[in-house]
Amino acid sequence: MKYIDEFRNKDFVTKLVDLIYRSVIHNYTFMEVCGGHTSAIQRFGIPSLLPENVRLISGPGCPVCVTGTDFIDKAIAYSKMEDVIITTYGDLIKVPGSSSSLEKEKAAGANIRIVLSGLDALEFARLNAAKKIIFLGIGFETTAPGTAVTIKLAAKENIGNFFLFSAHKLMPPAMEAIIKNGASLDGFICPGHVAAITGSSIFDFIPERYNLGCVVTGFEPADILLSILMLIKMVNQNTPKVEIQYNRAVTLCGNLIAQRCLSEVFESCDASWRGLGVIPLSGLKLRKDFERFDIENILPIKIVFKEDNELCICGEILRGLKTPEDCPLFSEICFPENPLGACMVSNEGACNSWYKYRFVK
Amino acid sequence: MCLSIPAKIISIDGSMAEVSAGGAIFSAGLHIIENARVGDYILLHAGFAIQKISEKEAEETLKLFEEMNNSLNE
Amino acid sequence: MNDFISLNHGSGGKLTHELIEKVFVKRFSMSEPLTDSFIIKESGSTLAFTTDSYVVDPLFFPGGNIGKLAICGTVNDLAVSGADPMYIAASFIIEEGFPIDDLVLIADSMAEEAAKAGVKIVTGDTKVVDKGKCDKLFITTSGTGILRPDMDYISTGKMIKPGDKLIINGPLGNHAIAILGARNNMAFRTTVTSDCASLNHLIHKALQSCKEILFMRDVTRGGLATVLNELAGMIKCGIMVTEASIPVDDQVRGLCEMLGFDPLFLANEGKVLMVVSAGEENKVVEILKSDPLGSYSEVIGEIIADKRELVVLNTSVGGKRIIDMPAGIQLPRIC
Repeated sequence: MKYIDEFRNKDFVTKLVDLIYRSVIHNYTFMEVCGGHTSAIQRFGIPSLLPENVRLISGPGCPVCVTGTDFIDKAIAYSKMEDVIITTYGDLIKVPGSSSSLEKEKAAGANIRIVLSGLDALEFARLNAAKKIIFLGIGFETTAPGTAVTIKLAAKENIGNFFLFSAHKLMPPAMEAIIKNGASLDGFICPGHVAAITGSSIFDFIPERYNLGCVVTGFEPADILLSILMLIKMVNQNTPKVEIQYNRAVTLCGNLIAQRCLSEVFESCDASWRGLGVIPLSGLKLRKDFERFDIENILPIKIVFKEDNELCICGEILRGLKTPEDCPLFSEICFPENPLGACMVSNEGACNSWYKYRFVK
Repeated sequence: MCLSIPAKIISIDGSMAEVSAGGAIFSAGLHIIENARVGDYILLHAGFAIQKISEKEAEETLKLFEEMNNSLNE
Repeated sequence: MNDFISLNHGSGGKLTHELIEKVFVKRFSMSEPLTDSFIIKESGSTLAFTTDSYVVDPLFFPGGNIGKLAICGTVNDLAVSGADPMYIAASFIIEEGFPIDDLVLIADSMAEEAAKAGVKIVTGDTKVVDKGKCDKLFITTSGTGILRPDMDYISTGKMIKPGDKLIINGPLGNHAIAILGARNNMAFRTTVTSDCASLNHLIHKALQSCKEILFMRDVTRGGLATVLNELAGMIKCGIMVTEASIPVDDQVRGLCEMLGFDPLFLANEGKVLMVVSAGEENKVVEILKSDPLGSYSEVIGEIIADKRELVVLNTSVGGKRIIDMPAGIQLPRIC
């Protein structure tokens, strides 16, 4: 498949690994903050290719993992309302809330549909005029523009039964919170698809304020290894900056149409990140012009929710302070079939990837 | 969620396109990219084309890999 | 006959007899009069016996339907055990209101597949339940056949040793993707068809030509990953497979990339994993390739001495990772 296979070329990968081995002169810890990277790194067995002194850790890059229990509990509460159809990305249905999950509620008869796109959810609304269609909007800057387009279409067509329950979040504030929280890092493998939308300039503050290098990275093994090589060189030469490895999709300024769409429909707000707490101006909510689509505005609900199992260390894992193997629950009672925390639920979660794709040296 | 793959535009109808990944056909909204043409490769994410893939830049990256591969010393 | 199944069709009376006669007896070439039991006389033989239920949704999908699946699945369970499938029993639980035309199509498929596989459907049962008490149609088939002499090792793998090679007869994941595509609730189109097929003739050819086939298992729900993990546990060895040699069709790849599936975890209905003695693998692949159901056979890995019983994947870029059993349901009602 074009633009995939060429970047999985084994010879390129072998050479890059060789160059990495020749470049290492310290210990290095690099954090990736994108579920797609977590998953790709484990899937291709990249840790098994790297020298011992290059460590990769996962940050809060999985939008499912950082979605709070309260969001799931509220979504479940909405799903129990009469005449409501919940539409959601598939990733979210197994996430445990305080006492249930969307998947369990679906099995018990709640009207919950999996969609691949906000546009599918809007179509549900067109076809079910008597129902309230609530779309669970999760995802970072990569996904939020699609939701923005959907809201604009709903507004244009005056669709009165379509609503958004937004948990959209922004990546840079979380990265800053990670650094301030004390994670010991030498650089960031930056999310290539977020940057395809925002442009690479959103990461400029990281080398400027914190002297950490950032490489905006693609998702194939050659991309990831080249980025690691670039980060190693930045550390060795003490030249932290933002560089784009994924230049076939990312520019300095990004996708201006998508950015305009986002700022037309959304404004930033404080948001609660599972494991990180509240991070100021790290979430997206609908602007006043579109607040009629905000389900929390139309149908506010209060729920009482339970925090995660007190032994669960998803928070520290998301902050890059611990690894899944440091968790007493990992693979003992918390595993993909029985996830206790969000890091295990999502296919892109650090614990799920670590468990599924355990590498062999 | 970050799942986004390169897919080739095979037909366009207004602001929607059909795109192919290995022959499997998906719908893609073209609302946030401009000047999309049949034959272009785009990044498909959550039902939308979020960016066009630059053939020129892709080739440059591959050339870089080739050069690394061919070099005898670092 | 009425157009739709009613509760009366399940009463055991006139309508039941009419249904069985018109839909099943002639199609399945069943001997009349029908008796409560079919008598099998095979002296001096060991019989293999198996059963499976089929609840696939939707009933009709590209490449087959629930009826074809019900025959292939049971035939394959016998064939991979080293038996020559002979007789099938078929039970139907039908929801009130089910269209008889659809039942006829399904019965036709079963007859056709049974003829292809060289098996006879000799006995069966029909029940009808109230609307809403079962989802359209469930089928259970049981099957029996004569086990080839001294071939009980084929199911247990007790003759396998480190160095022996693994072979698959073709690309993975087609059945699961065909079902997903047919469910009509996903925004994609695919021309992938189910690989649903009776493998007994293919397996017969292989077993006739090579005495060094040490293990066989059909790769169904849970995918290749499940079979490999089960095997590693049974033989208390490790298994190493090479990603680059595992065949996967382009469209299946594309869908897996987009939807986040792993082809190793996807269901198949026409795939057999074989373990053969080291040195015999190329010969077996050639034999398999001479049959349309084995055209894309590949050697995909080998057995390794590893007390941890791990299944390891050599990734396409040279890295290594562990393949686990898939957690939970990948896609429900897949077979």
